Amino acid sequence: MRKTVVPFGPQHPVLPEPIHLKLTIEDERVTEAIPNLGYVHRGLERLADVRDFHQMIQVVERVCGICSVIHALCYCQGVEELMGVEVPPRARYLRVMWSELHRVQSHLLWLGLFADSFGFESLFMQFWRVRERIMDISEATTGNRVIVSVNVIGGVRRNPDAEQLRWLLTQLDWVEAEIQRLETTMLEDYTVKKRTVGKGVLTSEKAYELGAVGPVLRGSGVAQDTRQTGYAAYGELHFEPVVETGGDCFARSKVRFREALASIDLIRRAISRLPDGEVRAKIKGKDDPQGETVMRVEQPRGELLYYLKGKGEKNLDRVRIRTPTFANIPPLLVMLPGLYLSDVPVVTLSIDPCISCTER
Amino acid sequence: MREEIIPVSADTLVGEVAKLKVQGYRLVTLSCTELDASQVDILYHFDKGLSLKHLRLTAAKTIPVPSISPVFFAALLIENEIQDLFGLRFEGLVVDFQGALYLEEEALKTPFCRFSLRTAAPSAVQGERAESPNP
Amino acid sequence: MFRMTPNIMRNLVVKKSTRRYPYEVREPFDKARGELINSVERCIFCGLCESKCPSRCIEVDKQAYKWNYDPFACVYCGVCVDVCPSKSLHQKTQYRKPVAERLTISLQGQPRKKAKDKEKGKEKEAPAAEPGAEPSPPPAAAGTDD
Repeated sequence: MRKTVVPFGPQHPVLPEPIHLKLTIEDERVTEAIPNLGYVHRGLERLADVRDFHQMIQVVERVCGICSVIHALCYCQGVEELMGVEVPPRARYLRVMWSELHRVQSHLLWLGLFADSFGFESLFMQFWRVRERIMDISEATTGNRVIVSVNVIGGVRRNPDAEQLRWLLTQLDWVEAEIQRLETTMLEDYTVKKRTVGKGVLTSEKAYELGAVGPVLRGSGVAQDTRQTGYAAYGELHFEPVVETGGDCFARSKVRFREALASIDLIRRAISRLPDGEVRAKIKGKDDPQGETVMRVEQPRGELLYYLKGKGEKNLDRVRIRTPTFANIPPLLVMLPGLYLSDVPVVTLSIDPCISCTER
Repeated sequence: MREEIIPVSADTLVGEVAKLKVQGYRLVTLSCTELDASQVDILYHFDKGLSLKHLRLTAAKTIPVPSISPVFFAALLIENEIQDLFGLRFEGLVVDFQGALYLEEEALKTPFCRFSLRTAAPSAVQGERAESPNP
Repeated sequence: MFRMTPNIMRNLVVKKSTRRYPYEVREPFDKARGELINSVERCIFCGLCESKCPSRCIEVDKQAYKWNYDPFACVYCGVCVDVCPSKSLHQKTQYRKPVAERLTISLQGQPRKKAKDKEKGKEKEAPAAEPGAEPSPPPAAAGTDD
């Protein structure tokens, strides 16, 4: 039994962003994993000292590129609660629509990367080809493909008209048909199952105790989704969280696949019930934010928490962001011991690591 | 804030946290804010069934705070980050990076504090700390 | 085992999903946020764009009527376009083409003729939008913009 220490990362073909894991290996099996972060730390939380609370929306969006609209949504909801601003109903439904579009886009990105992690490049290309259509929808309705910048304090900036929404629905039909065509390959193929079933198992008690969030928690059988708290318009849209038992990489990928299809369904329901009215509430006469609040939303990767503290001035005192990958790293350190070295990339990718979120 | 915040002190912290664990709460995160030149405010957020509960601890920057990572393993990453960014010390950490998680040996300032300037590398300063306010 | 085979057969006969860029370029969407343009003849140099910009890429000199802009620091968020009171800022749908050197865009405007000065009959320089007009601009243009 000889021990070797192998560095996994920070540059690795499988990782979208740099994270360093020091793996101690004994005869091909991992016995210990120690993380080392700090490769993309930008100190964005300290920018709140020099940017006022309106300009912080653009700063906060750039914490993560893939799920940027949901960061802005959480921040705006927190500041709206501190200032006592009521968001019009049409804006709430539109926020749901854009959040769910980003969720579909993020899950498709992850499914492609996951297929690439065990070498299935053609499936990776197929998923990303479908994702391009969602980026086109984002660009047509908001103006930009990736960092869309539609949330403002008091509502949203863009108001799609009826013709644009009809076009959006036809594009969504195409996207849904394409995703369903890839279902048999992603979820029933023999080689995919051989690489993912039984790897990185997390029981539901362990997952809950270690603080896992998002699909990692729901893939282990715990039915908890922050959208059930009913922020924005989710309270009126009645949805159920997608849960799988099994706790391994296959269960997590199944959760994300089914969540992508469920999100398309949510978008259709949100558009069909879209009320009329204005999309932006007036905030001219209100005081600057004062007090402290905690706001949680559901990102594609899990539960996102914002702690905002205002002191009655234009600059907020503290913006604290806790992203879901930050909470999913301790479960990863518990999952890795006992695996073969060749399974480490697949299991690391199955928690959906978004390290730029983790180390804002 | 809508939810209740329970103030704790450094002695009662681990007891309260253990009680919450027995009741079925999971740790969400810790939030650290700097209050003034000598004190920080740490908020512990817990969640059960989508309802939150908070504990508030007001700590001095120079006195080590007991760590809750023996009770909740998930706390080790965030406590290490607070060590780096605010200059606090936690005692009893399960895995202790001693200020090297984000910062390098040459980094002297605690980045998220407006009031303190550490004058030696983090691992060298265990007992005595030389603090002077920022000009 | 042959789960991808129907997909492969289809892809052999259907046309390509990729475009032959740069020979074929897609038309941008209507409201795409591209390059930022300032029609400086309409600008009133209020400084709102400077105060609202998240990346601090605009500088407005109110005394010298200059509008400076760093297109490489700009994140093209469009907040300045939303708040501009005289609607002189707008965004094209095409992105700015890449260049080899950094540059700053510096625009010089003319002082606006105020309505009360016109009533007193003072003669000032004509606004740049009407180069060939007589010294006192028509009442409709000067009255509404200040």
